[in-house]
Amino acid sequence: MLTFARRAFIVLWKDLLVERRSKETLNALFFFALLLLFLFQFAIGPDRERLAGTLPGLLWLGFILSGLLGLGRTFVVERENDCWEALLLAPGDKSAIYVGKLAGNLLLMLVVEAILVVLFGFFFNLDLGGVLPGLAVVIVLGTVAFAAVGTLFAAMTAQVRARELLFPVLLLPVQAPVLLATVKATEAVLLGEPLGSVAHWLKLLAAADVVYVAVGVLTFDFVLEG
Amino acid sequence: MAADPLIRVSGLRKTFGNRRVLDGLNLDVYGGEAVAVLGVNGAGKTTLLKILATVVRPTRGIAIVAGHDCAKDAEHVRRDIGLVAHGSYVYEDLTALENLRFWATLAGLRPSAAALAGALATVELDRAADERIRTFSAGMKRRLSLARFVLVRPRVLLLDEPFGGLDQRAKKWLEEHLASFKAGGGAIVMATHSFGRELAVADRIVFLAGGAIALDTPRGALSPDDVQRLYALHAEDAC
Repeated sequence: MLTFARRAFIVLWKDLLVERRSKETLNALFFFALLLLFLFQFAIGPDRERLAGTLPGLLWLGFILSGLLGLGRTFVVERENDCWEALLLAPGDKSAIYVGKLAGNLLLMLVVEAILVVLFGFFFNLDLGGVLPGLAVVIVLGTVAFAAVGTLFAAMTAQVRARELLFPVLLLPVQAPVLLATVKATEAVLLGEPLGSVAHWLKLLAAADVVYVAVGVLTFDFVLEG
Repeated sequence: MAADPLIRVSGLRKTFGNRRVLDGLNLDVYGGEAVAVLGVNGAGKTTLLKILATVVRPTRGIAIVAGHDCAKDAEHVRRDIGLVAHGSYVYEDLTALENLRFWATLAGLRPSAAALAGALATVELDRAADERIRTFSAGMKRRLSLARFVLVRPRVLLLDEPFGGLDQRAKKWLEEHLASFKAGGGAIVMATHSFGRELAVADRIVFLAGGAIALDTPRGALSPDDVQRLYALHAEDAC
C-alpha cells in the first residue's frame, strides 16, 4: 500500500513539476476561461433575471470546456521520448499511475475553477461570499467525477490518431448524469437554498465519484496495455 | 553458463496485418551471454526485442524471459528486464536527477540521494545532474536512460542500437558496462547495424532474414569484415 501511494505521488509530483516549468496547460486554460467570460458577458448583458437563470449552466459550461482542454492533454507529455512505453514497462500496479494522473488533473481543474468562480463574481458583479461553501462542495463533487472519467478516457484515446475528436465524444455522454446533477445543485445553491435541499443530487454525485474512480482504478491496467 | 537459458524463444511468429515479420524464430540466450541481432531494416529485430520486453504480443509461439512467459506473465518479466529502445524515456522539462528519481520510484525502489548521484556518476552525467533534459544531446539522453539500469539492476538487457548517438568515450563506457553486466550473469540481446567495435561485447551474432534466424554463429572467429560480408549476403537474401 505504501509503495502504491509512493508511486502515485511520484506521478503527481512529476506532472506538477512539468506543468510548473512549462506552464503550457495552466496558461492556456486561464486565457481560455477569460475568453469564455468575455463572450458570456457580451451574450447575456446586464439583465440580472436572465443571468440568474443561465449562471449555473454557464459556470459548468466554462468548467467543462476548460476541463476538456486540460484533461485532453493529460498524456501528451507521455508521448515525448516514448515515455508511454516506459510507463507500460514499469513493474507494479498500473493503477498507481492512474491515481497520480487523476490527482494532478483534479488539482489543475480545481485551480482553474476557483479562478473562474472569482472571475464570474467580478465580471457579473455577483456577491458569492454567502454561497461559497455550498458551491465549493458541489464543484468538488462534480469535478472528481469529471476528472475520474476524463483521465481514463484521455489514456484510452492517447494513442489514437483522432484523439482530439474522440475524447469529448466519448466523455460527454458518460458525464450526462453528473452534469445534470451539478447544474441542478449549483442552481439551488446560487439561489441561496441550503445544501440539504439538494441532498439527492449530492448523493448522486458522491455515488458517481466512487463508481467512476473505482472503474478507473480497476480498468487502467487494461487501458495502458491496449 | 547457467543450465537453463535466461531467454528462450520458440516458434515465434508475429504478423502485422498481412505482413509476417517473424516466422518460426527460435533463440536461446544464456546468463553471462550477449547476442547481437543483425538484419536489414524490417527484418524483425525491433519486433523481437519488443516481444521480449512485453510491449508487443506474439501472434504465435513462446518467448520466455527469466522463467516467465512474455505474453502470459508480463508483469514478472518486466521486473527482470531493462529495455533501451529508440525513445530515451526521459521528460524534457525535468532534470537528469529528477528523471532518474521518477523512474526508480515508479519501479518500486527508494533510491537514496547517494544512490542517484552514484548512478549519474556511472554514466558520467553527475555534472549535469541538475540540468533540464531539454538542453541534453541525444547521446546524453541515451546515457541517462542507461543510468536507470544501474539502479534497477535487471537480469536481462534488451538494447536497440545502444551505441547510436554516443561519442567514443560513452561507447567505451557502455562496452565496459555491458561486459561487467555479462560477468554478473546477465543476458544481453542487442539489435544493431554496426559491425565495428560495437560488436566486441557480443558472444554470438545472429542474422535475421525472412522472419527467422538465417545464421547463428559465435563472434570470436569473425572479423568485422567477415561480419560485413555475411550481413551483405543475408541482406541480399532478404531482398
